[in-house]
Amino acid sequence: MIRINANPVLDTMIKLVTVSIAMFAFVFVVMVPLYDVLCDALGINGKTSNEAYTSVAAQVDQDRLVTIQFVATNNHGMPWEFHPTTNVMKVNPGAVNDTVFFARNPLPNAMVAQAIPSVSPARAAEYFHKTECFCFNQQPLDGDTSTEMPLQFIVDQDLPSDIRTITLSYTIFDVTDMVNSAVAAR
Amino acid sequence: MGDHHHGPAKGLSRWLFTTNHKDIGTMYLWFSFSMFLLGGFFAMVIRAELFQPGMQLVEPAFFNQMTTMHGLVMVFGAIMPAFVGLANWLIPMMIGAPDMALPRMNNWSFWILPPAFLLLASTLFMEGGAPAFGWTFYAPLSTTYAPPSVTYFIFCIHILGLSSIMGSINIIATVMNMRAPGMTYMKMPLFVWTWLITAFLLVAVMPVLAGAVTMMLMDVHFGTSFFSAAGGGDPVLFQHIFWFFGHPEVYIIILPAFGVVSQIIPAFSRKPLFGYDSMVYATAAIAFLSFIVWAHHMYTVGMPIAGELFFMYATMLIAVPTGVKVFNWITTMWRGALSFETPMLFAIGFLVLFTIGGFTGLMLAIAPADFQYHDSYFVVAHFHYVMVAGAVFSMTAAVYFWLPKWCGKMYNEAMGKTHFWISFIGFNLAFFPQHFVGLAGMPRRIPDYALQFADFNMMSSIGAFIYGASQIMFLYNVIATIVSGKPVSDEKVWDGAEGLEWTLPTPAPYHTFETPPKIDPVHAHS
Repeated sequence: MIRINANPVLDTMIKLVTVSIAMFAFVFVVMVPLYDVLCDALGINGKTSNEAYTSVAAQVDQDRLVTIQFVATNNHGMPWEFHPTTNVMKVNPGAVNDTVFFARNPLPNAMVAQAIPSVSPARAAEYFHKTECFCFNQQPLDGDTSTEMPLQFIVDQDLPSDIRTITLSYTIFDVTDMVNSAVAAR
Repeated sequence: MGDHHHGPAKGLSRWLFTTNHKDIGTMYLWFSFSMFLLGGFFAMVIRAELFQPGMQLVEPAFFNQMTTMHGLVMVFGAIMPAFVGLANWLIPMMIGAPDMALPRMNNWSFWILPPAFLLLASTLFMEGGAPAFGWTFYAPLSTTYAPPSVTYFIFCIHILGLSSIMGSINIIATVMNMRAPGMTYMKMPLFVWTWLITAFLLVAVMPVLAGAVTMMLMDVHFGTSFFSAAGGGDPVLFQHIFWFFGHPEVYIIILPAFGVVSQIIPAFSRKPLFGYDSMVYATAAIAFLSFIVWAHHMYTVGMPIAGELFFMYATMLIAVPTGVKVFNWITTMWRGALSFETPMLFAIGFLVLFTIGGFTGLMLAIAPADFQYHDSYFVVAHFHYVMVAGAVFSMTAAVYFWLPKWCGKMYNEAMGKTHFWISFIGFNLAFFPQHFVGLAGMPRRIPDYALQFADFNMMSSIGAFIYGASQIMFLYNVIATIVSGKPVSDEKVWDGAEGLEWTLPTPAPYHTFETPPKIDPVHAHS
């Protein structure tokens, strides 16, 4: 064991203080990023990729139909109208599908929103590819205006055969304050 | 006699400025007992409200504050400081050291505790009320939806975390550097061993808790989004960080209890502890495993099946070293010359009830079954069997066991035994029915319940009141002992007790082992 201080008691103390500071740092520099990396890599928590899927020309599986349900939720205190224009779609794995979500800001002032997707069952997340999604970016809206937000996705042909229904849920958050105060939110 | 053996200073300054491990141990013990009464009072409010279905006494919001404060005060204010107090009193006497290695830090680590809990208790009188998000303070309940007093709560956690870390550093530094010549590691009493391992756990995970509350503070006040999905964070991350701290934390609470029981059972069996080496290794194994099982507290968050299986098997693995310990305690008693004084009664009570709590823990460890038990009263019953019948019973046993050595007076044995039996009956009446209502689906942390749970809840409340009242008898017995107990002067208060602390005069002088004792090489650990 390396001696840091000639006094054995102080030596032990210095080492242990270092360990506790290191553990405090460990939470921020290891646990938080590692959690994000693992969730992205493994599709845990129904988290889908935050980046557009660059589609490879895939064969469409005409024999199989997968039901896609869309759910839209407003986070606590979010006043927007927010809902899918189509609630349910039946799609072939491999095919490119388009739909839009409707959003309206009923307040007089401009706002910025962020939609966060989640796929259920979580196992399906890695087979649900979004080539275009409004959730990749923040959505600003002037007061009392509405918009249609596009979503384009492909269900992977490798989707396990026992999964017949996938639910894609979006929760919309008010991030106006966050954007305005320009606090970098990681 | 030359007067370098000075006694304690007089008056309040003795306690404020003391660096004596016995004084500090005493203060820790009294502080934790007062917190035990405060947390117990909160529990009485909870059980009074749950005495009958429907809303009777308190508002639901206040009920939530009670469950939260009960948990926080009991875990951080009562049990943890109680064992630190015990460590302060006993570790130097058990390893033949004159005092703790860092006596001034020792003073500080105690004296920052009362302000921390004053801060926490003061939140009860604040606008918006005390923290009401459960002792596990899951985000976003503790961030987005928290009362304004959450900032006080965070500060309190920071201070008591600091106190725990300083206390642990002190214990490790003492055990590693201050052992009497000849007191090798494998000769240390098991209480010292379990505390050494506990202290390492504390140094490793209290900073993690500090990190979790720091992130909460930043989310609440400084616009970050560690636990808010709106900014790219994730509330489930909070649960991972919390339980990465939280699972080692429950072993931090129970390992010193194991140590206490490992001292008491041999003393009243008049046999050395069976399987000393395996006890040490089992403790270390439990400590190691505690770091890789945290997600069994959160099976229902939507983990992949591989994760559920890993945490399930790792958790069930803990039953092996724990089983070794229970086996060793029972084997220590086997064919021993047993006698059943109060400390032994509490130690056996610990053994029986902790094992029941361990078994329900195994039931909860099974991931597919846990989906039914999760957040139900079954969980409440489980952790009270390990926390109360485990940690608190062993702590009570420790007080009865060492009190005569500390103050040189004998407690009232009849009252002690009465205390045990009333505690034992009250505790089981309070918590055993909770297994049933939990399995039948009664959720925890809810102020009202469906009518079919009424009878069991009434039993539970009556049991809780009995258990609570029996603690007043304990308090009376301890005070009566200190004030007017029958003096004892035998060095060995208990004829079967082994260890260096029993070679000291009774009551233990203010300064002990100023010259290190000779360790008898044959007579190893107790």
